[in-house]
Amino acid sequence: MASTTREKVGWGTANTLIVVLALVPVLWIMSLSFKDPTTISDATFWPKKWTLENYRGIFDTSEFTRALLNSIGIALISTLIAVVLASMAAYAVARLDFPGKGLLIGMSLLIAMFPAISLVTPLFNIERALHLFDTWPGLIIPYITFGLPLGIYTLSAFFREIPWELEKAAKMDGATPFQAFTKVIAPLAAPGMFTTAILVFIFCWNDFLFAISLTSTTRARTVPAAMGFFTGSSQFTAVTGSIAAAAVIITIPIILFVLFFQRRIVAGLTSGAVKG
Amino acid sequence: MADIVLDNITKRYPDGALAVDKVNMEIADGEFVILVGPSGCGKSTTLNMIAGLEDITEGELRIGGQVVNNKAPKDRDIAMVFQSYALYPHMTVRENMAFALKLAKTPKATIDEKVNEAARVLELTQHLDRKPANLSGGQRQRVAMGRCIVRDPSAFLMDEPLSNLDAKLRVQMRTQVSRLQRRLGTTMVYVTHDQTEAMTLGDRVAVMRGGLLLQVGPPQALYEDPADLFVAGFIGSPAMNFMPARLEENAIRTKLGDIPLAGEVRQALEQGGAGREVIFGVRPEAFEDADLVNADVRDAGIPFSAAIDVVESMGSDVFAYFTLEGDRATSAELEELAKDSGGADMSGEGTQVVARLDAATKVREGESAQLWVDSRSIHVFDPKTGENLTRGRRNRDSGAQRTAV
Repeated sequence: MASTTREKVGWGTANTLIVVLALVPVLWIMSLSFKDPTTISDATFWPKKWTLENYRGIFDTSEFTRALLNSIGIALISTLIAVVLASMAAYAVARLDFPGKGLLIGMSLLIAMFPAISLVTPLFNIERALHLFDTWPGLIIPYITFGLPLGIYTLSAFFREIPWELEKAAKMDGATPFQAFTKVIAPLAAPGMFTTAILVFIFCWNDFLFAISLTSTTRARTVPAAMGFFTGSSQFTAVTGSIAAAAVIITIPIILFVLFFQRRIVAGLTSGAVKG
Repeated sequence: MADIVLDNITKRYPDGALAVDKVNMEIADGEFVILVGPSGCGKSTTLNMIAGLEDITEGELRIGGQVVNNKAPKDRDIAMVFQSYALYPHMTVRENMAFALKLAKTPKATIDEKVNEAARVLELTQHLDRKPANLSGGQRQRVAMGRCIVRDPSAFLMDEPLSNLDAKLRVQMRTQVSRLQRRLGTTMVYVTHDQTEAMTLGDRVAVMRGGLLLQVGPPQALYEDPADLFVAGFIGSPAMNFMPARLEENAIRTKLGDIPLAGEVRQALEQGGAGREVIFGVRPEAFEDADLVNADVRDAGIPFSAAIDVVESMGSDVFAYFTLEGDRATSAELEELAKDSGGADMSGEGTQVVARLDAATKVREGESAQLWVDSRSIHVFDPKTGENLTRGRRNRDSGAQRTAV
């Protein structure tokens, strides 16, 4: 399709506009994090006085480091469990015909559609009764619940792409259904698993609602929630700088996580399986 | 090494569709049997039931004397080559071939030995460390076979293994499959929709249609003595010519002329009474250029003249096509054959007939030619049931020697 100069210019302008719109707030936060507390509200885009004070400040107390640890632990465990469970469920959805399959898919969609805020109060009460409130499992369990629909949908699409004959071949080669899944199907669905892992991890990492509602101390409070409790170095200093620094810090793991897994998402891994 | 017995094997899907209907077959140890038929005839379903990939609704399947109906594929000791090869794309050729042995917890040294041996036989040694994606179609096909060979199973199952290869490679691989089977002496069941493969490969050929097993026998027997209209039309290339005909006293009235009936055929056909409408079938090689027929066999057939439409010279033979005016022979079997070959509604008015003539013939396109048809090699079919009324019988007087045309 030959595109005219006009089209190129049009698309170029639109793309630039969107990228700028998306990146300005990020740059702004970074700029804020490097501003000296006294110049924080000077209304300039670039800091006049560069400082690392904000970063030093948040690492001074255990409040932030503990939250960072909680965030990493909870997000990783939730992602791992959600991906394992989702891949099994998605495999069943993609390959088997069982009674209640439509219901299962419908239910998982329903979970994804429920506004999370409406579930917070019941969850709060349930978790208090079960002594899960303010613990790691108290956050991991809801995260898995909300990560699963996402995972099942993404993964079942990937499983459907894998030729069924590969599984039959594995069966003929003497594999049990579980061996066929772990040794043949799962390695081929790896790109799908990594994609799902990234999506679920980002969801857990960025969640604020559950983190603020289901925790009360630093025991299980994750970074997004902990940031709300930030105080300035003294009663009279604005916390803006510390929050900006924390926001920059928590973006780093997610960038690393995505960059690391993105390399595994190799398209066309199944090429060569079938046909000539 | 084992024999395979299909005893009234039936496959009915939950929605009630009958895919395979009471198939009975005994496959001897070391035999090479071909299941052939148009798409949807149940041949692949039958193979999958032997493999254990599909449940058997009714009937009994015995491998090596043991009933295996409820055994998982891995407990049946059979290997299968799939139409798409189904190689594991994330494993190298070596790992692909070793997979089954590894699952069976075979010692590493034995695995290496077997894989290397299979690779040597299949000329894959230099490709052992490559992934399937980097192999050509023919190489992938050989890896798929290698994966079966290393296991040394009691039977091989092949589901259209050559259909993804181009024509030239297919012929080459056909001979390789055949040689491999002879060499290993393993029972083999081979599914194909290609009648040429069926004719050239197997010890015996089983023709299926609509879930029914129509006829089982050596290729030549199916060719010379088909059980019904479908087998007659399916086996052989170019296909048998069919035309409507009417039974008269001592003769069959066809558009080629009245063909005299004699011996057993006459007796068999007389039971149906004269004036009966039938379908007359004759193979292309039963025709000859009238000038080239030896004097001693001339009386065994009848001459007729035909306006030749097209002449195709194959070097060794000449295919001459001509059209017979009037109605075409119609039956359910012929319709399905036309659908299968994709030739439905393509031949237009009249009946297209192809005759295979000697290369020395002088027939020319667009000219009328004097042809001859051998009355000894004709087939007469019941248009309703499709049954071959002349099966097992020759249209000649008893005691007469059959002479090659």
